[in-house]
Amino acid sequence: MFNSKLITGALAAVAMVGAAQARDQIEIVGSSTVFPFATTVAEQFGRTSKFKTPVIESTGSGGGMKLFCAGIGLEHPDITNASRRIKGKEFKKCQANGIDLTEVVIGFDGIVLANAKGAPQLELTLEQIYLATAKKVPDPNKPCQAAWCEPVKNPYQKWSEIDPSLPAKKIEILGPPPTSGTRDAFQELAMSGGSKAYPHMKKLKKTDKKMWKKLTRTVRDDGAWIDAGENDNLMVSKLVANPDAVGVFGYSFLDQNSDKIKGAVVNGTQPTFDNIAGGKYKISRSLYFYIKHAHVGTVPGIQEFVAEFTNEKAFGEEGYLVPKGLIPLPAADRDAQRKNSSSLTKLAL
Amino acid sequence: MTDTITSMSVSAALKSPESAARLKARYRAEMRFRFYGRAAIGIAAGILIFLLSSIVYNSIPAFTQNFVGLDIELAQDKIDPNFSNDTEIIASADWQGLIKASLRREFPEVNARADKRELYDLVSSGGGDWVRDFVLDNPQSIGSVVRISVPTSDDIDLLIKGLIDRTLPESDRLVSNKELVWLDHYTAQGRVHTQFAWTLFTSGDSREPEMAGLSGAFIGSLLTILVTLAVSFPIGVMAAIYLEELAPKNRITSIIEVNINNLAAVPSIVFGLLGLAVFISFFQLPRSAPLVGGLVLSLMTLPTIIIATRASLASIPPSIREAALGIGASRLQVIFHHVLPLAMPGILTGTIIGLAQAAGETAPLLMIGMMAFIVDTPTDITSKATVLPAQIYMWANNPERAFLPKTSAAIVVLLLFLLTVNATAIYFRKKFEKRW
Repeated sequence: MFNSKLITGALAAVAMVGAAQARDQIEIVGSSTVFPFATTVAEQFGRTSKFKTPVIESTGSGGGMKLFCAGIGLEHPDITNASRRIKGKEFKKCQANGIDLTEVVIGFDGIVLANAKGAPQLELTLEQIYLATAKKVPDPNKPCQAAWCEPVKNPYQKWSEIDPSLPAKKIEILGPPPTSGTRDAFQELAMSGGSKAYPHMKKLKKTDKKMWKKLTRTVRDDGAWIDAGENDNLMVSKLVANPDAVGVFGYSFLDQNSDKIKGAVVNGTQPTFDNIAGGKYKISRSLYFYIKHAHVGTVPGIQEFVAEFTNEKAFGEEGYLVPKGLIPLPAADRDAQRKNSSSLTKLAL
Repeated sequence: MTDTITSMSVSAALKSPESAARLKARYRAEMRFRFYGRAAIGIAAGILIFLLSSIVYNSIPAFTQNFVGLDIELAQDKIDPNFSNDTEIIASADWQGLIKASLRREFPEVNARADKRELYDLVSSGGGDWVRDFVLDNPQSIGSVVRISVPTSDDIDLLIKGLIDRTLPESDRLVSNKELVWLDHYTAQGRVHTQFAWTLFTSGDSREPEMAGLSGAFIGSLLTILVTLAVSFPIGVMAAIYLEELAPKNRITSIIEVNINNLAAVPSIVFGLLGLAVFISFFQLPRSAPLVGGLVLSLMTLPTIIIATRASLASIPPSIREAALGIGASRLQVIFHHVLPLAMPGILTGTIIGLAQAAGETAPLLMIGMMAFIVDTPTDITSKATVLPAQIYMWANNPERAFLPKTSAAIVVLLLFLLTVNATAIYFRKKFEKRW
């Protein structure tokens, strides 16, 4: 009967691929921030080389590391992208599974706070960002003791309560969800960075790092911070519709929507291409990818793909990744990365 | 006599003012209820119309695409220097380089490096494919200068469609003043024209909005749904027939029944986790393949099919079974000759509802790697593929502005796909429908 034929067909197909087959296509997983850049390179690579276009999954930095470090073998990915450096724990897991890897830094990404074009220009300091977003902040009503300020539940509801120079508008921040690397970087660079304005927090970092991390990296949950999509076009329209709202996202979104939204000045610096590339803009991070050594030579095209990624015409100052929003490394660093990646220098932490 | 008296007293009672008031109140209650009902339908219809019309409205720009005619010098030494006439050698020529040369010839005054880059951005970075296809179709054109239409870059496309306002100051505009001048040069000569965007249907995914299409995701969806149908339909119908018609009614079968009903309410992401653990980790099936996607979705669809099949089997009147048994048919003959054909319309409806649900599903496919950037169109159920809803999600996340209308267009295509599936179901249901 028709049905039984289909079943036999399906079973045969299952049996056929059951034995892990040779793979002629590079598999890449990892960060959604690096995704737009990796896919652009992959497409270019597929178009100009004799190899198949790599398949890229956007799993988030952490999810990518998990898949990448799971083992050696064709069912595991060859490359993982990350919007932060590999963590010690992840590196150990990779080592435990016999995975040697090479780290490649591809460029920078700025994290911007932006609001609608028609809204007043925000000029913030890292300290103010910390006060606006942290769950617990130093008590504003009690002068700090020399050694310690008692952290209290964040009392600030309006920007003007933090600093009279800021607009008397409700604090309403649309930010990336906890699974996102952008959020990790925002917490580390903007919030923890902002807390350094307080000497007692600086001291706490040395004495009780765990407590310090908890105090400075926990985002408030009283409604002033709203978990919105990450790098989402919807967020741009939400910002346009609500001039009071401030969005947190990657620089490339600001770049692509510069007619609708504008970035907040942070510590006196505009979030522009040059300021991020020059390291003047404070909330910026490096973007990475990691290559699995054991797969080089087994899966065809890995080295060629890496060469395409680290080519001047891709990640260089005038490369095709720049219009996509990547902020290139300084020239000397690019040369170093190219050398590193072509010789597959083993990463050691 | 007594009849007239009662009817008279009743009619007298009905004419009393109290009664009239009560009657009025009852009519009013009915009127109110009707109004609430209409309001409910009106609100639901309004939301649907708003949703659909906003999606369709937003999608309109994605169905057209702008091209610019470039005079391209198809120099022999740049394309096929050794006169090999080998398509492979011709196909690997630097087509984008020819486009750049044509732009430079058109605007010889552009010399600065940054300006040149901006000039090259006028046309799509995939425009070379159009030149290549033209030359492969017309090999005799090598050696001459030919006007070939290549797609404009996404920002220029949006500008021509009016989605980027050219009256804005340059700093707020994604297209620079220089680019406007260059574009106007071509427009003045009538070399910019709008076409139906076939790319949307013929090409696979791309990071360049003007090159991105749905063909990969569409084929991926189709393959996935076929696997789902092939696995879940026979298993689901067989299980339902056994449970409804043959299984003894005891504790074990009732436990199975309760579990099937519960399974229908399990969040779909759970099936994805299960699929990851069983099909990919244990059976070592390939990641991102329609085979695995179809298997995962059939797990999700099975309960729907089983429940629908059982319900439609139960709705066949017992007289039909008894008549068949009465003239000597076996249990199996009763089921396959009489009950099953009569229940078919209901079974098909249930199956289609299940499949339509599966076709719109993304969460379980995320776990098994079908939410991925895949350029090549899949050819079989083991090649890497993505599906339409996953494609919609990925396009919605792309920063380029031109992906916004593309996303809406993809939603329209998905809706049409589902509509076609449902229409087919209705057609088959009507065809098989029998009355007794």
